[in-house]
Parts: sequence; C-alpha cells; structure tokens
Amino acid sequence: MKTVHVYVTLKEGVLNPEGSAIERSLHALGYEEVQKVQTGKWVSLQVEDGPELAQRVERMCEQLLANPVIEDYEIQLSDEVTT
Amino acid sequence: MKAAVIVFPGSNCDMDMQHALQLAGMEVEFVRHTETSVAGFDLIALPGGFSYGDYLRSGAIARFAPVMESVKEQADKGTLVLGVCNGFQVLTEAGMLPGALKRNDGLKFICRPVALTVENEQTPFTSAYEQGETAVIPVAHGDGCYFADDETIAALKANRQIVFTYQSELNGSKEAIAGITNERGNVLGMMPHPERAVEALLGSSDGAPLFDAMIKHWREAHAPAT
Repeated sequence: MKTVHVYVTLKEGVLNPEGSAIERSLHALGYEEVQKVQTGKWVSLQVEDGPELAQRVERMCEQLLANPVIEDYEIQLSDEVTT
Repeated sequence: MKAAVIVFPGSNCDMDMQHALQLAGMEVEFVRHTETSVAGFDLIALPGGFSYGDYLRSGAIARFAPVMESVKEQADKGTLVLGVCNGFQVLTEAGMLPGALKRNDGLKFICRPVALTVENEQTPFTSAYEQGETAVIPVAHGDGCYFADDETIAALKANRQIVFTYQSELNGSKEAIAGITNERGNVLGMMPHPERAVEALLGSSDGAPLFDAMIKHWREAHAPAT
C-alpha cells in the first residue's frame, strides 16, 4: 500500500476569498508580514501499489478530486501507511 | 409536454420545480439518480439543493450518478435540459456547460430576490421575455460565483450564450453571469430559482415566463401540419 496525499488549490488568477479573509484577520492580529494566503483541500488516500499508480492518481484528480477549470492539484506519494 | 425532475440525494427544490412545471401545464415525473434512462421526456430538470452534501465541490459527485449518462445522451439529441442552482453546478461539473461555480466572493450564503437582465430572449427558455427585460427572481446559494477563462467568456459572448445577468454586483461572477446555455442552446444553467417565482403569492411571478417559453417551444415543435 502507498499513502497518497492530494492537495487541491485554486489556480493562480482565480480569486480565493477565503484566503483573503484569513490574510486580513492575520493583519488585524498584527502579523503584517503575511502575504498571499491560500487555502485548499487535502485528500488522503491509501492505494494498492501498482505500476500505474502515479498515472491512476493523476486521472483521479482530473476526473473527480479537482476541477481543472478552477483548481490545480499536487500529488505526494509515500510509503508510510496509517492504520 | 413531459418533464422529468431528477432527484439526487440532497436535492431539495425538486417539489418546487414539479409545482412550477405543472403550473405551466407540463406532466411531471420524478426520476431518481439511480435510474439509467431518462429517455422519452421533452424536458429534463435538474433541481436545486445540496446533492451528496456538496461534498468535495458542489455537483462534483452528482455528475457521476448513473442517471447522468442518459441526461447527457438526451441533451445531445436536443432534449431541453434546465439546471437550477445545484442543477447548474452539476451541469458545469459534468462538462455540459462551460466554466465552474465557486464560493461567493463575499463568502456568505445569499438568499434574496435579485434583479436579472434577460440578455438573450432567443432561446427555448426565454422567448416569453423581452430582450433586456428585468426579471426579479430569488437566489439562494453559497457557491454561485461563475468563473471561466477569458477565452471561454469571449466564446459565450460571441454565441450569445449568456442568457441572464445580475443587475448589481452579487457574488463575484465574471461578467455578472447568472445563467448560460450550451452552444446549441438546449441546455440552460442558472443560479437564480425561477421555480420560486411563478406566482404573485410567492413574491414574484417573473420566473413564470421561463416555463411558459418551454411549453411554447414544445408546441411549436409539435404543431400539427397544416
């Protein structure tokens, strides 16, 4: 088994109002050094290992996990398996 | 004229839709998401609600419901398809309409009547309105901000696929888009709820012409030869 982490974020150029709201709150708390706050989704999967693992996870992202019209995704594969 | 209202787990405007369609004079059947055929209808309506709890993204899971294959097939054959609110989100996720609907710019769920402009009255859904007419129809959405890249927006404009726009800034939608059709013009998706505005008792009857137009379109297509 492999552990797959998928991070889904809005594409550059697509306004992220949630990120902007968090950024304003951080500034209000005095953290004026903060810029470009982004939020997104994290999806964790346990997947049976196979020769096409990476391609299959990519297809999962294109088909369901992300909406390519507005979102980008990043895939991380690791050997650690949580129970 | 026979209409199907698709019911997903979490649809909650299905009965309002049924009422509006019946009021306009259509026969209405509910078709569950598990059905594999939605053939034999003149209109397929995807109602508002929160299909599959809006998990992942609004409409993202519903587009893979068994019934959606058949909805696509029928749309390709020219059957009218109307997606309202969550129905619009499902249609974009399914790739039946371009673009995507994302979180409102103001992050709030907006639930109130809004003034729309009818931008294109030459569709099977809007022929009972006047070009440029104002229609006051309620919205009720958290994810109604329409987004598409510049190229797609230019194509929508060139083909007159932008059918309804908001008259004042509402949710951050590009070009103030409230509703669009596909290129062929037989699939309409819109965030406002015309089925909630079909009788003066409901506060507005400005949604009624949309249902009347579909009936008119059907009658014209089925007129006896003279």
